[in-house]
Amino acid sequence: MKLTRLIMGMPITIEIIDIFALQRDFNDVFTLFKKIDATFSPYKITSEVSRLNRKELQPEDMSLEMREVLQLAEQTKKESDGYFDVYRNGILDPSGIVKGWAIKKAADLLTNKGFKNFYVEAGGDIQVMGKNAAGENWRIGIKNPLDHTQHVKIISLSSGAVATSGTAVRGAHIYDPTSGYKVADQILSLTVVADSIYDADRFATAAFAMGTKSIQFIQHKKGLEGYMIDTEGIATLTTGFEKYA
Amino acid sequence: MKKILLSLFVITTFLAYSIHEKDEANEAMLEVPKAREITPRPSSAVSRGMYKNGTYTGTVEDVFYGFIEVQAVISGGRLSDIVLLQYPNDRKTSIQINEVMIPILRQEAIVAQSAEVDIVSGATESSIGFRDSLKAALAKAR
Repeated sequence: MKLTRLIMGMPITIEIIDIFALQRDFNDVFTLFKKIDATFSPYKITSEVSRLNRKELQPEDMSLEMREVLQLAEQTKKESDGYFDVYRNGILDPSGIVKGWAIKKAADLLTNKGFKNFYVEAGGDIQVMGKNAAGENWRIGIKNPLDHTQHVKIISLSSGAVATSGTAVRGAHIYDPTSGYKVADQILSLTVVADSIYDADRFATAAFAMGTKSIQFIQHKKGLEGYMIDTEGIATLTTGFEKYA
Repeated sequence: MKKILLSLFVITTFLAYSIHEKDEANEAMLEVPKAREITPRPSSAVSRGMYKNGTYTGTVEDVFYGFIEVQAVISGGRLSDIVLLQYPNDRKTSIQINEVMIPILRQEAIVAQSAEVDIVSGATESSIGFRDSLKAALAKAR
């Protein structure tokens, strides 16, 4: 059974192959995403993030989930040489880390329910477990950033995760308004494969703006493989990427 | 003697690299004003293309990770530049990557695959937000 819902402004799809899956199991996962959105969205004025930013909520009164996310954000900041930061101009915005963390939580929830073969996908980021409906490895296509109707590489995974960061505009001069760093005219997309979607997502996000250097950053991170597509339509692969082909 | 030569070589390489990086950083810095100097109002210049010359700001699109807002620059009646006013990415100006051990990575031209897949990975939401914001900016330029 496969179901898709629009939550957090993006389509979230869950497919469970195990035959004992019930509608209720899907609902539990969608509810989890809704709860996470209500807590972490910086665009909902009632969210915990917004209340922290307005100083209505003191750090000592933060929820356990918030503590966990902030601790993981701090860890990611260290692991990306200070590159990844959930605070910008003193304003907390953990969006860059919450999506991967939420997919991981969703997958853990399904594992705890006893499911072995399923996937959770949110806005193009995926955690797969076990095997697909044909009893084979899950086959994940990397979307062509120049033509969204196509996929240009197929990743074969049993249990693992794939996340892609990118932009769709080719040939345009795109600047980061805060640093002036030229971004999207260097690379179009960076796909990261890892055991956990949490790692794949946060490192795809952190590395993307490094431009063409991002693939070297992924190459040097243990447990990560990457596929980077530049503006010329040329892909660069990390040395271990081929094992997924 | 060999050791001295080797050390000299390493030092020279490092110096050359530092200068190169510094130049690159300067170049990157120079590009900021270019993006910022644009006055946010349409000019009355004659246009030959489908749009009126000027700078137009698109709508702010919520893409969950943050907001996307683009500015379209029209010159000669054509879209000549896109300036990203807001973009959801966590990044800082200084990027430190260990450059010492850089393996040569394999490259390939991307080719559309015909084989079926279970799931597709891609950065859709940012792209859609980008497109919508740009579309709104271009609508103003007509």
